[in-house]
Amino acid sequence: MNPTIGWIRDLAASWGVPTALVPLVPFLLVLIVLYAVIGLAAYGARKRWPRADKTIAFWLFISPWLIGFAIFTVGPMISSIYVSLTSWDLLTPPQFVGLANYSEAFQDPKVLQALKVTLLYGVISVPLQTVLAFVVALLLNSELPGMRLFRTIWYLPSLVSGVAQMVLFLWVFNPQYGLANDVLAKIGIAGPAWFNDAAWALPTVILMSLWTVGGAMVIYLAGLKDVPPNLYEAAAIDGAGPLRMFWHVTMPQMSPIILFNALTGIIGSLQIFTQGFIANGGPKDSLLFFVYYLYDNAFKNFRMGYASALAWILFAVILALTAVTLRGSAFAVYYETELATKRRKK
Amino acid sequence: MRRRSVLTTVGLYVVLVAGSVVFVYPFLWMIATSLRSLAGVGSSGASVVPHEFLWDNYRRAVTSFPFWRYTLNSALTTLIPIVGTVFSCSLAGFAFARLRVRYSGLVFGVVLATMLLPGEVTMVPQFMLFNNLGMIDTLYPLILPAFFGSPFFIFLFRQFFARMPSELADAAVVDGCGWFKTFWLVYLPLARPAVVAVSILLFMGYWNNFLGPAIYINSDQWKTLPLALAGFQSVNGTDTPLLMATSLLITLPCLVLFFAAQKHITQGITFTGGK
Repeated sequence: MNPTIGWIRDLAASWGVPTALVPLVPFLLVLIVLYAVIGLAAYGARKRWPRADKTIAFWLFISPWLIGFAIFTVGPMISSIYVSLTSWDLLTPPQFVGLANYSEAFQDPKVLQALKVTLLYGVISVPLQTVLAFVVALLLNSELPGMRLFRTIWYLPSLVSGVAQMVLFLWVFNPQYGLANDVLAKIGIAGPAWFNDAAWALPTVILMSLWTVGGAMVIYLAGLKDVPPNLYEAAAIDGAGPLRMFWHVTMPQMSPIILFNALTGIIGSLQIFTQGFIANGGPKDSLLFFVYYLYDNAFKNFRMGYASALAWILFAVILALTAVTLRGSAFAVYYETELATKRRKK
Repeated sequence: MRRRSVLTTVGLYVVLVAGSVVFVYPFLWMIATSLRSLAGVGSSGASVVPHEFLWDNYRRAVTSFPFWRYTLNSALTTLIPIVGTVFSCSLAGFAFARLRVRYSGLVFGVVLATMLLPGEVTMVPQFMLFNNLGMIDTLYPLILPAFFGSPFFIFLFRQFFARMPSELADAAVVDGCGWFKTFWLVYLPLARPAVVAVSILLFMGYWNNFLGPAIYINSDQWKTLPLALAGFQSVNGTDTPLLMATSLLITLPCLVLFFAAQKHITQGITFTGGK
């Protein structure tokens, strides 16, 4: 703890502030001072430029985000670059070590394993989830009775998320008493050991992730309902069958939504953590997800420098994958505005 | 709509029913297992037929560890951040939608760009920041950042406010309302659907947050429900009925919220669909 902050806390405690609220006092104090300065500046600016009230209001309105951006994003990012160049265990002062953390990371077999597991998870699970969610949405997009019930059923599993989901599936895929192997045994198949088998652990997590596609499905369903019906009518007059309608009307209209979801899906999948944590990295590091390994280094081994270097490597991987997805999809995604600009050019 | 043949319709229902069974089955199994005895779990396998109703498992779930204490921690780290996020994000969203001034477009670009930044990059230095503030092993690191906006929800609110007529703001300002009053008394009440949808999405997110508590909370008294369940899993890993009952209890608020506000959830998810 910072000594000045410690001093303020002691002072607050001696004045009778409840113990639970003591840590908040220095933070609030800084915030009050900050807003007093901002308020004075705004007041002064208003006196000086009476017609700039809109500008002043704008900066005041975004000031919470701006302050948060400075203290929770920009500040930490800059210090993260520095910390990644040091060796630091939080107890002794940081030692500058140059790029040693990065060169260690590139030789660390566990980093390689973590990258492999995480990328495999992302590259396999995201397309599977996207296809499944989209197909289900297509099936549910008919006006037949009972669709609301089906929608609820498919969405329901998304509510069992995070730790609860992992706890449930550790039992669903329990080799001895689990649901999966009992069903398989009934049709005469001896099921694998799932989470307990290094070769099966990752496929099991991917399978598990398919259970919660309901969220994406609802998004696709909303998108399908938004496709203008006159496009289908026009296609029908032109003699298009169901398949051609799907390919030339539904797909172009849905492509921006699919891209957006695939993109957020990829970013999210690379940040997978809970499953690795609960499974303790899985047998033979088969579930050593990157963020889990980062967490282990930072908060179990207290290797802050190394963990920061790992964080930057993760950032680079996410940026690269995002860029590849955007590049690769450029030809396949249709944006309404494109047509408008083309028309205007004519 | 074009006519479907009877065969296609029957096929569609068969596929949907089969898929639904696969999807809902683990959930039913979870409920059935939570009501069994340990011996019952061993002998029932995949069956979801409830042979026994051991409600005692639920009593054990709330008494075998400080369940209510953890519920309180979870509630504090869910409800307060919801208020903070909704306030800071609607304020900023309104500014980006209605107060178009010099550089506001540029700043909005920065907001969007930060969406790409994974939280993990700032995780370690943020930990050091809270360490300096003496807030490790308190609930504050899980609560305070919410009051400083989140790019995704700023974006959602901006989209929502931008679709509302701008004449409202002009009229209010002419009537002598300041900008804050215009926002607070005119726009925010009209944005109720967005506020409700965002709050529900945030509830699901904060309630199930695991990484945050795993980083900042060490001592038993500040654990949230997911963190406690994770610890519980590694200690009582073989008491399946107890684990299932606890997991169900933790999921219960989300289930209740879902059935109480199904329409808003669908709407909220639709907002986030990138349209």
